[in-house]
Amino acid sequence: MVRSGAGVAERVTRAQRGDRVGDSPVRPDGAQKTRGEFAFSSDLWMDAMLWGKTLRSPHVAARIRSIDTGPALAMPGVRAVVTAADVPGRPTFGLELPDQPVFASDVVRYHGEPVAAVAADHPEAARAAALAIVVDYEPLVPLVDPEAAIDAAPIHPDGNVFRHLVVRHGELGASGDVVVEGNYEVGMQDQAFLGPESGLAVPAEDGGVDLYVATQWLHVDRDQVAASLGLPADRVRLHLAGVGGAFGGREDVSLQIHLCMLALRAGRPVKMVYARDESFFGHVHRHPARLWYRHHATRDGDLVKVEARIVLDGGAYLSSSNAVLSNAVCFAPGPYRVPNALIEGYAVRTNNPPCGAMRGFGAVQVCFGHEAQMDKLAAALSVDPVELRLRNALERYDRLVTGQVLTGAVPVREVIRAAASHPLPVPQDPAGTMMALPGGAGATADPVHVRRGVGFAASMKNIAYSEGFDDFATARLRLEAGADGEPIATLTVATAEVGQGFVTLAQQIVREELGVGRVVLAPASTAEIGSAGSSSASRQTWMSGGACQLACATLRSELIVRAAELWECAAAQCLFDDGEVVRVETGERLLVRDLLVPAPLETTEEYHHRPTRALDADGQGDAHVSFMFAAHRAVVDVDPELGLLRVVQISTGQDVGRAINPVQVTGQIEGGVAQGIGLALMEEIVVSEGRVRNPSFTDYLLPTTLDMPDVVATVVEELEPDAPYGAKGVGEPPAISSGPAVLAAVRDATGLPVTRAPVRPQDIAYAWRGGA
Amino acid sequence: MRVARVALPTTVDEAVVALRDAPGAQLLAGGTDFCVEVNFGLRRPPAVVALRRVRELRRHAVTPETVVIGAGTTYADMGDPGLSSALPALAAAARTVGSPQVRNAGTLGGNVATASPAGDTLPLLAALDARVVLRGPSGERTASLGEVVTGVKTTSIGPDEVVVEVVVDRRPGPQQFVKVGTRNAMVIAIASAAVVVDVEAHEVRVALGSVAPVPVRATAAEVHIADAIDWRAAGGPRASEGALARFGELVAGAASPITDHRSTAEYRRLAVGVIARRALERCVARAA
Amino acid sequence: MPPEEPLTGSAGPADTPAYERVEPYELVVNGTRMTVEDAWLGESLLFVLRERLGLPGAKNACEQGECGSCSVLLDDVVVCACLVLGVDAVGSRVETVEGLTASGEVADIQAALVEAGGVQCGFCTPGFVVALHDLLRRAPSADDMTVREALSGNLCRCTGYGRILEAVRAVQWQRGAGVSTGEGPGDGA
Repeated sequence: MVRSGAGVAERVTRAQRGDRVGDSPVRPDGAQKTRGEFAFSSDLWMDAMLWGKTLRSPHVAARIRSIDTGPALAMPGVRAVVTAADVPGRPTFGLELPDQPVFASDVVRYHGEPVAAVAADHPEAARAAALAIVVDYEPLVPLVDPEAAIDAAPIHPDGNVFRHLVVRHGELGASGDVVVEGNYEVGMQDQAFLGPESGLAVPAEDGGVDLYVATQWLHVDRDQVAASLGLPADRVRLHLAGVGGAFGGREDVSLQIHLCMLALRAGRPVKMVYARDESFFGHVHRHPARLWYRHHATRDGDLVKVEARIVLDGGAYLSSSNAVLSNAVCFAPGPYRVPNALIEGYAVRTNNPPCGAMRGFGAVQVCFGHEAQMDKLAAALSVDPVELRLRNALERYDRLVTGQVLTGAVPVREVIRAAASHPLPVPQDPAGTMMALPGGAGATADPVHVRRGVGFAASMKNIAYSEGFDDFATARLRLEAGADGEPIATLTVATAEVGQGFVTLAQQIVREELGVGRVVLAPASTAEIGSAGSSSASRQTWMSGGACQLACATLRSELIVRAAELWECAAAQCLFDDGEVVRVETGERLLVRDLLVPAPLETTEEYHHRPTRALDADGQGDAHVSFMFAAHRAVVDVDPELGLLRVVQISTGQDVGRAINPVQVTGQIEGGVAQGIGLALMEEIVVSEGRVRNPSFTDYLLPTTLDMPDVVATVVEELEPDAPYGAKGVGEPPAISSGPAVLAAVRDATGLPVTRAPVRPQDIAYAWRGGA
Repeated sequence: MRVARVALPTTVDEAVVALRDAPGAQLLAGGTDFCVEVNFGLRRPPAVVALRRVRELRRHAVTPETVVIGAGTTYADMGDPGLSSALPALAAAARTVGSPQVRNAGTLGGNVATASPAGDTLPLLAALDARVVLRGPSGERTASLGEVVTGVKTTSIGPDEVVVEVVVDRRPGPQQFVKVGTRNAMVIAIASAAVVVDVEAHEVRVALGSVAPVPVRATAAEVHIADAIDWRAAGGPRASEGALARFGELVAGAASPITDHRSTAEYRRLAVGVIARRALERCVARAA
Repeated sequence: MPPEEPLTGSAGPADTPAYERVEPYELVVNGTRMTVEDAWLGESLLFVLRERLGLPGAKNACEQGECGSCSVLLDDVVVCACLVLGVDAVGSRVETVEGLTASGEVADIQAALVEAGGVQCGFCTPGFVVALHDLLRRAPSADDMTVREALSGNLCRCTGYGRILEAVRAVQWQRGAGVSTGEGPGDGA
């Protein structure tokens, strides 16, 4: 059991640390990061560098009559101005389909859409020049209601419905003895990574460009940049600069194409760093969702049917809306056995901010619905909510509503039991500090005003990409003797280290497989190695980890061959044992260092997960590779009169397959829980009539140390058959059911329905006053 | 090319001279509002007079009758034992401001001169009828807080004037500051209230923040509750449940809030009544 | 790992700016006198440190005092460098994470953050190091709530704070027990 609390300090700081799979060695970049020496994408600098700045639309929807860049070009220090007219190649980009203009040319479709970009000697000169560009807009009436968008006149040549997906499963006419129904709503969450979008583009002598940038997926960025620059892919080289968090928000292109255009136009390096307000406009957000659910069950509490309608507001451009919708529909019932289902989902285009990937990717939104429904059903049946979940929990070889049979580890009951079994926190201390009460520093509550509630939620999500996408990962491993003769393993992957700790895992895997202590990670770059796929969908431990493991296996075989040649025996008579090759018959041993004397060894391997299939017209198909499960119990203190809250404890059980680095797993769990709590209680991009009202950390609130409770976690290790080391991903599940558990606790404390995330103080206070 | 002017005075008089000599110059105190506006392109000062080195602005004096607080007093300073024992609600308000880093930099004078409806020290200053001392080329003048803070981020402070200090009369008795925000720390007030009970004058003073363009006194609530409290009850002043409830309603009635991206007018009105009543209940016992 | 070159440097932007500049001024940063030339009046101390003086340790996450990632010591008081006008730091002592690192006084905090898993993306980390140093020298045995309040201005988006608070406890335990951490954690990068 990994437990967060006072006891762990001893384990973490005193235990002898190993450095292999299952141990918790420290991050290789950790010390640099604590010293401020780690170079993030906003820390880059070059001689004669210019500063880039984007001009963005102040309108939600508008026709552009004209753009005059002359006044900007005339300003001192301005070296380049680019607009849609200057895009040399494909005028659009996009993750799934290129439907988003690099710069708006004739029409603006969302508040903050890029219209032009400037490079100048100083950020202030660039800002002033961007403001000097004269754009003549004709404002249009924006389309901001996602329901209305389905039938409204198209606001884009590709139409307003990105995807309409229906899952028909079992007997659609089935009904249950007990039926519960509800409507739920989820607001627009932001990834709010702390390191703003930033990068440095450097024009190259071959007419191409080198871009140092923070991203989640170098190669897919590279392909989009090259297409829009009209350059062959090998002349656009993307290099990973230090990434200050991602959480899905760096999966889409933001400033990449703009920066490269400016650098090529100016013939000088250009750096661009979004300020926080621009960051809110510069990346996609989590889809806001409207959910309707009807659950049918027998009197005994067996689920009979789930009906649902899901509408995701994708905003102005597609991004990854289609895949997000697929997940939302697929996981709409939650981690439960559902024999019959009719689930309809829409992802639509509006003039709201574009939405796309964020940690949990479609599973987060529906979890607020399916878990509220499970509680409602438990209440209707007068059974314990945890018991109801255990009764209906998915098991191995059960079918999802998409017809896919679960062939991997499905420890749903185990994670539910774990989350339910940790000791509850001590009751509130009547003499305790105000900081421990809802309202915190504001001293709004005395203990008498506070009620405590306990809520429960469970969730599931897939690992890796789905519906037929082959998101393979590549790794190159070179094994050579160092100056002292000892072996050095150099691993080259394009895997984006975004903070998740893949760099640590990669070293652990090589050490585990080859017994080589010195493992060096080469810089990640499209110029050096093939794609690793995205650092998203909880997939890199499996995918890039798998590629590393494959590369090690190949080199191990080659080491055995070399040993067999030396011993003049068959390779089959040799084994690899912890950094040595052993000749089975004789017990003779050769060290890796000895086997590297003739020449270094090197291999490049691609790892592919098993193929998946697109969902068919009835939403059926083996769309996913594997699944992760988690459960959360939240204890929340509520001041219902004011609608203020404080989460006291989160208890969780999480299915991880295997914890390759238990300390990092704990960090992922605690960090994901914080984002779940944030969505439940305070995080929302407030959009009115398409306009973003709170693009700042003053008004987009992230949980602070005083908002985060202790997290008590049990990691359930049931090895996943297909996965390297049996390890599933760990990043997303903590962010999925933690928020719904918090809202369930608020319902428990207040008896109020609480159907919206985030729940706002007024939502509780009005209802409380109305009911009191 | 023009060279921007920067003055780094060490006395108030030097600051006044520097302001006079550089037309258009802007005063910079703790920078916690000023620099945000500069960073986001909302403020472009042609010249700056920075007050951080003016030590005399950072003094405070507590006498039996008054408390004089230098305009350069930081929010962190407000927690100093001498000042916080004289004005505990000011210390409580200061503790809710921004982050510890912001509290180390931001100042009382800056809070007054910025005149945000959400300025956290302003309700208490309003409740205490604070006087603001300003100095300009023609000398010093004293104005009430209400005369200085005239609207949302607008004041009557002249372009050539420096806020020197804030003076409040001491009030014997308990005082409270309560603030509602959607996060448990580092949050802008959705609604706030300062309550000061004067056990000698038999007065209750209530002022509200974030529910009107400027801090407002809930005078009807003050009059009502001063009458309703049994000031001579054994064990200290007390009020009935009904009187306390009425107090909350009257406080809510004194608010004229707006709906914005942070909250709704209705919630602000509801919340300010609740917190004012709770603040009062911490000062005054509830009659059985 | 990000590339080592040619992307670091200590000089600033050159050429003619389109805005008003201030006279050259001198700052004392980490005990060293440094001259700032050709700066625009509106440049924050954060910008000056990062882009003119080659000290990128203080980070630029929000530039409005709402995240603590740019925490520095100004005359021994922890502040957000984004909320200090560069020119207003004249005559003051500025200490950044680079200076505290060089002096060794935060070595145990840094080691504990890495050991406990308190570093993920690391963007908030230098700010936490400075804020933690400030807290623990003022209140070495601060209790959990005091620690949380002192760190409430430092946002972390990755860790949920659990491992960072763990690191604080570890430092307190080590300092209280007089245990020296000796050397920092291995740096395999």
